[in-house]
Amino acid sequence: MSISINDVHWSAGGLMIVNGISIDVAPGKTLGLLGPNGSGKSSLLRLICRLRNVKSGVIALGNTDIAAMARLDIARRVALVEQQATTEAQVTVLDVVRLGRTPHRGPLSPWNASDDKAVSDALRHVGMPERAGQLWHTLSGGERQRVHIARALAQTPRELLLDEPTNHLDIQHQLDILSLVTKLPVTSIIALHDLNLAAMFCDNLAILHHGKVVAAGTPEDVLTEDLIADVFGVRAHIERSAHHGRQHVQYRLD
Amino acid sequence: MAQPVVIGQRWWAHLVLVTSAFVVLGFMISLAVSIGEISIPLETTAKAVSNRLFGTAFELSRIHQGIVWDYRLSRALLAASAGAALALSGAILQALLRNPLAEPYVLGISAGASTGAVAVMILGFGYGVLTLSTGAFVGAVVAFVLVSALAAGAGGGADRIILAGVAGSQLFNALTSYIVTTSANAEQARGIMFWLLGSLSGVRWPDVYLAAPVAVIGFAVSIFYTRALDAFTFGIDAAAALGIAVNRIRIILLGATALMTAAMVSIVGSIGFVGLVIPHAARFLVGPSHGRLLPASAMIGAIFMVAADIVSRIIVPQQILPIGVVTALFGAPAFAFILYKARRPV
Repeated sequence: MSISINDVHWSAGGLMIVNGISIDVAPGKTLGLLGPNGSGKSSLLRLICRLRNVKSGVIALGNTDIAAMARLDIARRVALVEQQATTEAQVTVLDVVRLGRTPHRGPLSPWNASDDKAVSDALRHVGMPERAGQLWHTLSGGERQRVHIARALAQTPRELLLDEPTNHLDIQHQLDILSLVTKLPVTSIIALHDLNLAAMFCDNLAILHHGKVVAAGTPEDVLTEDLIADVFGVRAHIERSAHHGRQHVQYRLD
Repeated sequence: MAQPVVIGQRWWAHLVLVTSAFVVLGFMISLAVSIGEISIPLETTAKAVSNRLFGTAFELSRIHQGIVWDYRLSRALLAASAGAALALSGAILQALLRNPLAEPYVLGISAGASTGAVAVMILGFGYGVLTLSTGAFVGAVVAFVLVSALAAGAGGGADRIILAGVAGSQLFNALTSYIVTTSANAEQARGIMFWLLGSLSGVRWPDVYLAAPVAVIGFAVSIFYTRALDAFTFGIDAAAALGIAVNRIRIILLGATALMTAAMVSIVGSIGFVGLVIPHAARFLVGPSHGRLLPASAMIGAIFMVAADIVSRIIVPQQILPIGVVTALFGAPAFAFILYKARRPV
C-alpha cells in the first residue's frame, strides 16, 4: 500500500474529530474523501502528512510508520495542497513553485539542475510555464490553485494530498484540476464536496461522517441513495451516466 | 501592486550590488567620522584609522587621533551594527508572523528590553554592558512571550499580534516609568529618559565589541534559515508540510531577534521605525526572497542608521538630537512613500 491508515484517532479541544479511521490507498490510485462539513476530511489529510500527531492508531507511508519518520523525509514524499492558502508577500508564480524544492535542498546548497527540472516540469503540468514571472496577487482563484498544485508537484511527491482543491473555482477549472491530478503518476487523496466530480474522477471513495468511515469502495459501491440520505440528509436519485459511464447523482427536492 | 524593482538577478549584478553596498557603507562611515563639531578631513580620518589598525606612523595631532578612534569611529560602527540588527529583526519577524507591521518596537519587544535594562540599572546590578544586555534580553523574551500568549489567547491572527504588541508596549513602558519614578534619583532618571529616546552619545569601544558580534551572529543565524523563512510565505502549516521544523526554527529565530533587539536597546535605547521601514525598502529593491532580502535589509539598515546619526549631529547647531527622533522623522515619510508606491489597484 502507498498510504495505510489504521484505526486512527485524533481529538481537538476535547472533541473527537477523527474517530477510528482505517483506509488503504494503493499506489497510483486516487481516493476521494467525501463527507459533510466537519466530518474530519481536512483533519485526516493533516494527520497523513503529520502536521498533527495522531492520538492513537498508525499511519504508514509504504511500510514506514510516519511517527518514526523525520519531518523532512515526510515532506520529500508527501505534498499537501491546502485550502485557499494565500500570502500578502510580493511573490511570483516561480517563487511559489520553487518553494516545493525546500525539502530537497540543504540550508546552504545552491539551486541545481534537478531543482530546475522539477520546477519547469511542474509548471508545464499545470499549463503555466509562460506565467512564471507573474505576481501571486494578480492571479485568479483557479490560477492560484494550479500554482499550489505545481508547488506540490515540484516537491516530486509519491503521495499528493489535496484539501478541496476545486472550492470557489468555475466549472471549467474544477474539471481541469481534477483531470490533471488524477492523471498524475502519484497516489492522491482528494477531499471533495461535489459527489458527481468525485464519482467521475476518483478510483475509490471514502465517506466520512462524525469522524468515522461510513462507506468505502468504488463509486458504484459507495454512492447509494440510502447513504446520501443518511450522511448528507438529502434525497437523491442515482443512475449510471450514459456519457461517461460513472455514477451520476441528481438531487430531489420533492 | 507595483512590480518590485528586482535587481541583481545575475551573478555579476549581484557582485556589483554587494560591492557597491559595502562602498556606500564605508563612505558613510568615513563621513560620520569626519563630520562633527570639529570637522576632520577624510584624509586625516584614513590616516588615524591606519595608525591604529596597521601600526603606520602618520603624523597627526593627538586630539584628531583621539576623536577619530575613540569617539567617532566607535559611534559610527555601533550605529551600523544597530541599524543592521534592527532591520534584520524586522525582516525576520515580518516573515515568521506573516505580518508586514511586525518589528521589535511595534511588538513591545523593545519596550520589554528597556524595562529589563532599567530594572538592572536601578536595582543595582551595575551599569556594565553585559549586565544591562542580559537584563534587556530577559525583558525582551518576557515581553515577546507575554505578547504572543495574549495574541494566541485573543484568537491568534495577524491583527491580534499587533494589538497585543500595543498592549505589551504600554505595559512595559508603564513598568519602566514606574521603576524610574519610584526608585531612581533625579540624575539617574534624567539619564535613563534620554537613553530611552535612543541615543548614541557615550558609545565607546566596549559597546561595539558587544553590538558588532551580536549583529554578525544574528545575520549568520538568519542567513542559515533563509529557506525556512521563505517556506513561511503561506503560513505555519505550509512551512511544516515543506519539511520545516517549525517550532524549533521559530524558537531559534525569535531568540536571535530578541538577542539582537536586547543588545541594541541596552546600548542605544529603543529606536523605532528602522525595523519596520528598512525591510520594506529592501523588499522593494530586491524582492521578497530572503536570500537577498536579509543581506539587503542589514546593509540598508546599517547605511540608514549611520546617515541618521550624521543628521542627528548636524541638523541643530550646537546640539545633538536623539537618533530615535531622526529615524522617526525620516522613517515615517519614507514609509508613507513605500505604502503609496506599493498600493493596490482599487
